[in-house]
Amino acid sequence: MINSVEIMLAIVIPTIIAAVVMAWWYRSSNARAVYRPDWAYSGRLELIVWSIPILVILLISGVIWVGSHELDPAEPIQSSEKPLKVQVVSMDWKWLFMYPEQGVATVNKLVVPVGVPIHFSLTSSTVMNSFFVPQLGSMIATMNGMVTQLHLQADHPGDYFGLSTQFSGDGFSDMGFTVHAVSKDDFAKWVDQAKAGQGPVLDRAGYDALNKPSTKNPPTTYRSMEPNLFHAIATQEIPPGAGIAGTDVGPGVRPKQEH
Amino acid sequence: MLGKLTWNAIPWDQPIPLVSASVVFLIFIGVIVWIIVKGHFPYLWREWITSVDHKRIGVMYLLLGLVMLLRGFIDAIMMRSQQALAFQAEGYLPPEHYNQIFSAHGTLMIFFAGMPIVIGLMNFVVPLQLGVRDVAFPTLNSTSFWLSASGAFLVNISLLIGEFARVGWLPYPPLAETTYSPGVGVDYYLWAVQISGVGTLMTGVNFVTTILKIRAPGMSYFRMPIFCWTALASNLLIIAAFPVLTAALAMLQLDRYLGFHFFTNEAGGNMMMFINLIWAWGHPEVYILVLPAFGIFSEVFSTFSRKPLFGYRSMVIATLFICIVSFCVWLHHFFTMGAGGNVNAVFGIATSVIAVGTGVKIYNWVFTMYGGRIQFSTPMLWSIGFIVTFVIGGMTGVLLAVPPADFQLHNSMFLVAHFHNVIIGAVLFGALAALTYWFPKAFGFRLDEYWGKWAFWFGFLGFYATFVPLYVAGLLGMTRRLQHYDIAMWRPWVLAAAFGVVLLFCGAVAQVIQLVVSIRRRHELRDETGDPWDGRSLEWSTASPPPAFNFAVLPNVQGEEPYWTIKRRSIETQQMSAEPEYKPIHMPKNSPTGFFMGFFATMGGFAMVWHIWWLAGVAAAGIYAVFVWFAWRDVDEYEIPAEEVAAADRARRRVRQEWLDANAKAEEFA
Repeated sequence: MINSVEIMLAIVIPTIIAAVVMAWWYRSSNARAVYRPDWAYSGRLELIVWSIPILVILLISGVIWVGSHELDPAEPIQSSEKPLKVQVVSMDWKWLFMYPEQGVATVNKLVVPVGVPIHFSLTSSTVMNSFFVPQLGSMIATMNGMVTQLHLQADHPGDYFGLSTQFSGDGFSDMGFTVHAVSKDDFAKWVDQAKAGQGPVLDRAGYDALNKPSTKNPPTTYRSMEPNLFHAIATQEIPPGAGIAGTDVGPGVRPKQEH
Repeated sequence: MLGKLTWNAIPWDQPIPLVSASVVFLIFIGVIVWIIVKGHFPYLWREWITSVDHKRIGVMYLLLGLVMLLRGFIDAIMMRSQQALAFQAEGYLPPEHYNQIFSAHGTLMIFFAGMPIVIGLMNFVVPLQLGVRDVAFPTLNSTSFWLSASGAFLVNISLLIGEFARVGWLPYPPLAETTYSPGVGVDYYLWAVQISGVGTLMTGVNFVTTILKIRAPGMSYFRMPIFCWTALASNLLIIAAFPVLTAALAMLQLDRYLGFHFFTNEAGGNMMMFINLIWAWGHPEVYILVLPAFGIFSEVFSTFSRKPLFGYRSMVIATLFICIVSFCVWLHHFFTMGAGGNVNAVFGIATSVIAVGTGVKIYNWVFTMYGGRIQFSTPMLWSIGFIVTFVIGGMTGVLLAVPPADFQLHNSMFLVAHFHNVIIGAVLFGALAALTYWFPKAFGFRLDEYWGKWAFWFGFLGFYATFVPLYVAGLLGMTRRLQHYDIAMWRPWVLAAAFGVVLLFCGAVAQVIQLVVSIRRRHELRDETGDPWDGRSLEWSTASPPPAFNFAVLPNVQGEEPYWTIKRRSIETQQMSAEPEYKPIHMPKNSPTGFFMGFFATMGGFAMVWHIWWLAGVAAAGIYAVFVWFAWRDVDEYEIPAEEVAAADRARRRVRQEWLDANAKAEEFA
């Protein structure tokens, strides 16, 4: 990304300067500028005119080819650590995170260990959304009936904001969540506390209750979850969210959302 | 009886839309009443509404586009002010209203401001530049216009009756399906865009036919002005791309109306198909808008540098290159749907390859200025402003085409800033350059330069003040379409962008003042000769405004710059070419077909939105009846007698002769 900006700036800045200087020097009031009323073609210049952009784009194409393979979101991160699996479901209008290996789940908050690659599998219970934590790296779309893959890693402990970057309806602006990147020990402690805690249980009934449109859900931790829930959502064994139809004044005019 | 339509459709409980919509409609009805009471209606009906003259239709397209541009700009002001207020707060627009506003903003700007302005300019200019009397199918042309107007009207009706789409300017399913969008908003969008889309497709057919088949004698392809080339490329794209849009939206309509499952979550629907199809139209659409703008800049650079365009053939090749490659890049709109490294890389490279074509054009414009005698009139200022702005927009575009970068910036404010950078920098700057450039041809007087320059500086600087902060906000992770947000580091940039909008607003005011001042000073600004800029192509050879038949005798073209050649020869020999033999001219008769088609299309669209099936039936029958009535007409042309043609042309020649004599005297003194 930085490379391609440098390559392009090297060509864009001189072009802007050339355009402005050319316009200024050949202003009609400048008696020193030579008027060439019929000068409209030069084979050599044409060659340069075509070759500059072609060469630049050749360079950038190389950057694109290498970059899009190395940094493909589905590409695992090289690490000696075993990746942590996280299953993500975008819902109307909150995020559900499930830790299948730990057997716990969260809403609107994501706790991850520092220095460990995280393998996200993502789907949606409703319309398309896009999962994005700007400080950690790439985003990826979430779609009902489909699973996308994303690999990220937090290198420094801290709280990072996450959001949906695909507009998903009236509660879209409230689809923010916080990523807590903590040390490996703290992560293990958090999992233990979550399991031993008083949080609710994410079974089918718990999921159905969650699967209704709502906004501003407070960050919640589930002390246990049904193991095959993500699979059931992604394969549409659990039908997609019912949306806002029928939640208010009925199908017709101007349905309003409940805040 | 009235389908879903009830009194509740009017937003009684929401003062902002209710009041603004009522004001708009009172003004609209007030204007109509004023026209009728003052007795202007017969004139409007005879000379404009039923006119099939490409110049009149072009002017009406431009009027529609400019009004919708202002309407879309008001939406933009509301969006920027909402985001400025909505930091850890709700702001003044609730989501269900805010979401309509950004959806309407995009829809209006692309379909009902951008397209009408570009098509209006092509309508007005292309036949004049080709040296012919009208387009291939004049009544079809009028129908195209009225269908566009019909679509724009439907979008505006949604202000007061019901709601507009709340899903963004492209109705991505499954959000746009009835499950998640049960209201009438998406239906308004679909019918408005479908109706105007039919009009646009017919424009494409009309102009491709015109440019390929109807040109002045001697006007071979490589003698056509560059604007005609870009218009040809743009209309070829319309013919290839708009059916894709129509098909994609028709499938969504089947989903919404008849319970089909093309794009639903359930029953094997696949929303990714819609997103592919809509962008297979959507990316070429960008070039449909921008290629004619490139043509405009080419004309302006050449005219105001007082030189021919540098590398004309190169420009033509670059235009056609862009025209073709623009169809091979659509996937870059959704790298983040996860297609994988190979696919993303191929489309990323294809996208940046387009920059070769635009790069060549930029250099050719710069070399057009080389060795010129440049006059900094308003169109030239817009054109230089365009080069500076567009190379930055092109650079951010190539950056977004690099998939790893796009995975960070997709749908961010960076993307918003990028596409405004290219669309404002090229299409809007181009449209304003063209407006100033061709206005004297259309109305016979120039636009005021003083206010034009204010409009330019406010527009140019306002653009940077608005969108540079949005670039930064995007780099900080801010996504688009947020009704409110809590991230403190975005806030200064959002406020800066709101200030930028104030500058743009001043620019818009200056532009309106320019128009008003120019109309009041029209006698001082009168363009007697029909050639106010010392132009080079054929449109400057006829009078301003041109007679209905454009040219008394079709010009005989002998080079790339036919009018420049004729003009030089007249100045050298100090005499005009011999008076031609005038013959009667047959011109197409006015026809209300287009207006009635638009009327029934509006009725049908409205009926379908509200499920008033009987009314939709009436509208369909009406459209068919108008079609049959038009097809069975007996007389489709009228004759302008030779004396009338001769009188008009002799008046033009007299003015030209005076100009030539004055020129000769000036040269003697010099």
